[in-house]
Amino acid sequence: MSETDVATEAHEDAPVASTALFGQAVLYPDRGAYLATVESLRDEGYCTATDLTVVDYLTHPGRSGLPGGVQPERFEVVVGLFDHARRERVRLRIQVPADDPTVPSLFDLFPGTEAMEREAWDLFGVSFEGHPDHSRILLPEDWVGHPLRKDEGIGAIPVQFKSASDRR
Amino acid sequence: MARVPILGDISGVLDEGLEGLEHNFVTARIEDLVKWSRARSCWPATFGLACCAIEMMATGAAHYDLARYGMEVFRASPRQADLMIVAGRVSQKMAPVLRQIYDQMMEPKWVISMGVCASSGGMFNNYAIVQGVDQVVPVDIYAPGCPPGPETLMHAILTLHDKILTGELTSRREQTGAGAGFDLADFPAPEPPAPEPEEAP
Amino acid sequence: MAAVRLDLGDDERVRRRDGSAVLRMTEVEAADLVLDPSDPVTGERADERMILNMGPAHPSTHGVLRLLLEMEGETVLRSKPIIGYLHTGMEKTGENLTFLQGPTNVTRMDYASPLFSELVFALATEQLLGIEVPERATWIRMLMCELNRVASHLLFQATNGMDLGAVSMMIYGWREREEVLRFFEKVTGLRMNHNYIRPGGVAADLSDGWQDDVRHLLDIIPPRLDEYEVLLNDQPIFRARLQGVGVLAPAEALALSATGPILRATGYDWDLRRDEPYLAYDRVDFDVVVGTCGDAFDRFAVRLEEIRQSLHIVEQILDLLPDGDYRTQDKKVTPPPRARIDESMEALIHHFKIFTEGFHVPEGEVYAAVESPRGELGCYLVSDGGPKPYRMHIRGPSFANLQTLPHLMHGRLVADAVAVISSVDPIMGEVDR
Ligand code: SF4
Repeated sequence: MSETDVATEAHEDAPVASTALFGQAVLYPDRGAYLATVESLRDEGYCTATDLTVVDYLTHPGRSGLPGGVQPERFEVVVGLFDHARRERVRLRIQVPADDPTVPSLFDLFPGTEAMEREAWDLFGVSFEGHPDHSRILLPEDWVGHPLRKDEGIGAIPVQFKSASDRR
Repeated sequence: MARVPILGDISGVLDEGLEGLEHNFVTARIEDLVKWSRARSCWPATFGLACCAIEMMATGAAHYDLARYGMEVFRASPRQADLMIVAGRVSQKMAPVLRQIYDQMMEPKWVISMGVCASSGGMFNNYAIVQGVDQVVPVDIYAPGCPPGPETLMHAILTLHDKILTGELTSRREQTGAGAGFDLADFPAPEPPAPEPEEAP
Repeated sequence: MAAVRLDLGDDERVRRRDGSAVLRMTEVEAADLVLDPSDPVTGERADERMILNMGPAHPSTHGVLRLLLEMEGETVLRSKPIIGYLHTGMEKTGENLTFLQGPTNVTRMDYASPLFSELVFALATEQLLGIEVPERATWIRMLMCELNRVASHLLFQATNGMDLGAVSMMIYGWREREEVLRFFEKVTGLRMNHNYIRPGGVAADLSDGWQDDVRHLLDIIPPRLDEYEVLLNDQPIFRARLQGVGVLAPAEALALSATGPILRATGYDWDLRRDEPYLAYDRVDFDVVVGTCGDAFDRFAVRLEEIRQSLHIVEQILDLLPDGDYRTQDKKVTPPPRARIDESMEALIHHFKIFTEGFHVPEGEVYAAVESPRGELGCYLVSDGGPKPYRMHIRGPSFANLQTLPHLMHGRLVADAVAVISSVDPIMGEVDR
């Protein structure tokens, strides 16, 4: 990671670690400072949330990209914000521990994350506190499990040769 | 002069037999006629799911012109359709819906599984996709390809027509109990009424 | 840049948790509402209010979208789009395919504009790899993508016309699209799901005589667009069904993360091709088409005009396309040429390694975005240093755009719902992934 330059940026009261990778700014607020960081970014001019997703780092061999002071956890919520006036993007990576996978919902700041947070819950089982409609979105409502977690298999079934019954 | 619709003037029949008819006609077994008419207006249900549906629509549009086979009327209501073209991947969430729509279609009905996803799951061998729609509904024709081009779909359709023309008329009746659904064995002949007791003289 | 000044107050409408346009309840709760429509306080039966289910197998929901509509008579109150009927688990499958196989997977997401998904995946991979793509490959990508945008918007014109009852539009739209597809088939070998743009370049060079084919397209499509204008723009019924229907304000669109023609139709001047240039978009000249009031008619008109702009770009590419390689000559990602394989054992092994094991991509994470016909299409890739992505996430524009539906339909008649769905132009493959 030679291109990574680790810096610490002051944000409101708590300092938030940040890196720039391939010219893309990344912030690493911890869970407590997450909402406050997003809110101050919004007030700064980041007018739209482009993306919200989760990565499950269970089987990732090394986490060398993280700046010092950031405690790696199993889940990571990744949020993309976009400032149209300055044409700048910023990405937030929030570490979420496996034994308590909850983060506050961004609904009140960016209502557009509603479906994305539902998807993150559906596929990864990370729950979003204060979400107005916390339910599955892609899978059937009675589905058990969260298929994109690394400890769930791909769910493939071996394909055997199937022949049509000769009745029809 | 006696005129009959379709046949025209039939007054010559008395003298010359069938040659006396103004128009010719064909005779056929009723079974062949039924099969022929089934094959020639086989209306598909709109059941587009994914990428394959786009190719299915392209087949129905101007360039490939499915109307040539009497099939351009894609019916939105399953009750008016004879053929379900399962065009695209069937997810676990969609499978019950697919089955319900199939059940709502009237017999006789046929299914074309269009594309590798519908036929076998295709490249998506994972938790979300049903590995072959034949696990949900009986399939008559499989169209290979990802997506099958309009030519392939038309080939599948023509193969289905052949199948309808040569197949058994009531292929599924015993299996499903559907169709007209009666069997004379189910309706025992009514008991003959007991003879009226003869009145004593 | 932004033509419309943002008033941060006017997105309050989309921000409300209760009493907004979104029906936030599960299917079971909605079913209970159907069973007992009586007012809980007065016990009076509210017969006028009901839940109407639309889809997932409905001819005008563009695939397998399902909607729960809360209706008062003919008026839509709240609604909820239910998606997932085409959930394919592509993000999981993507983790089990190498970076070289990745485009095969992502191209099946947005099947109306497959080349864009391939492009964004390739761009993200190339950033992680740190390789440069030859000039010619970049321009070929641009040419193919702009033609794909034309095909995709033609498809929209066809289905939008059909949904509104202009069935002849359906035939015309497909007729023109077929011309573009024929060119694609010639170059890529497939009519859709091409797997043509790959990390490192494109799969094959343009076919011989491609200039003539492209000129042919440039000749036939614009006059037919004029025909559409006569057919649709000048048609009072068509206008009446679209104008003033499904109005969205720019601040609402931004708050809901909507992008693409939906955002531009509100009058907000934003296009990634110009504002965050990728490929060589900063070297061609084109206009960003914006609407004025953000209704369904604007969304239709923006897409129609974007076809012209794309053709204008294609016209410039005809002159500007440089000579050179169509894929990078970096040995790491590109197999040796066919002729070398017959001569040298090393070349054969090299070829075999790339196609069985794949190439290793340095550890890191990256987000790349392009302007697809539906909006910002993003790809978030995490690599752990192996030949397969550790996580591949696609930000589908239709997925975010679909959130505007309840707000657009709120308070309109159920007949307008069809016009609104059609004007949002969701591609369910990309919504559900
Ligand atoms: S077979 Fe191919 S084209 Fe058809 S639905 Fe599956 S992925 Fe799409």
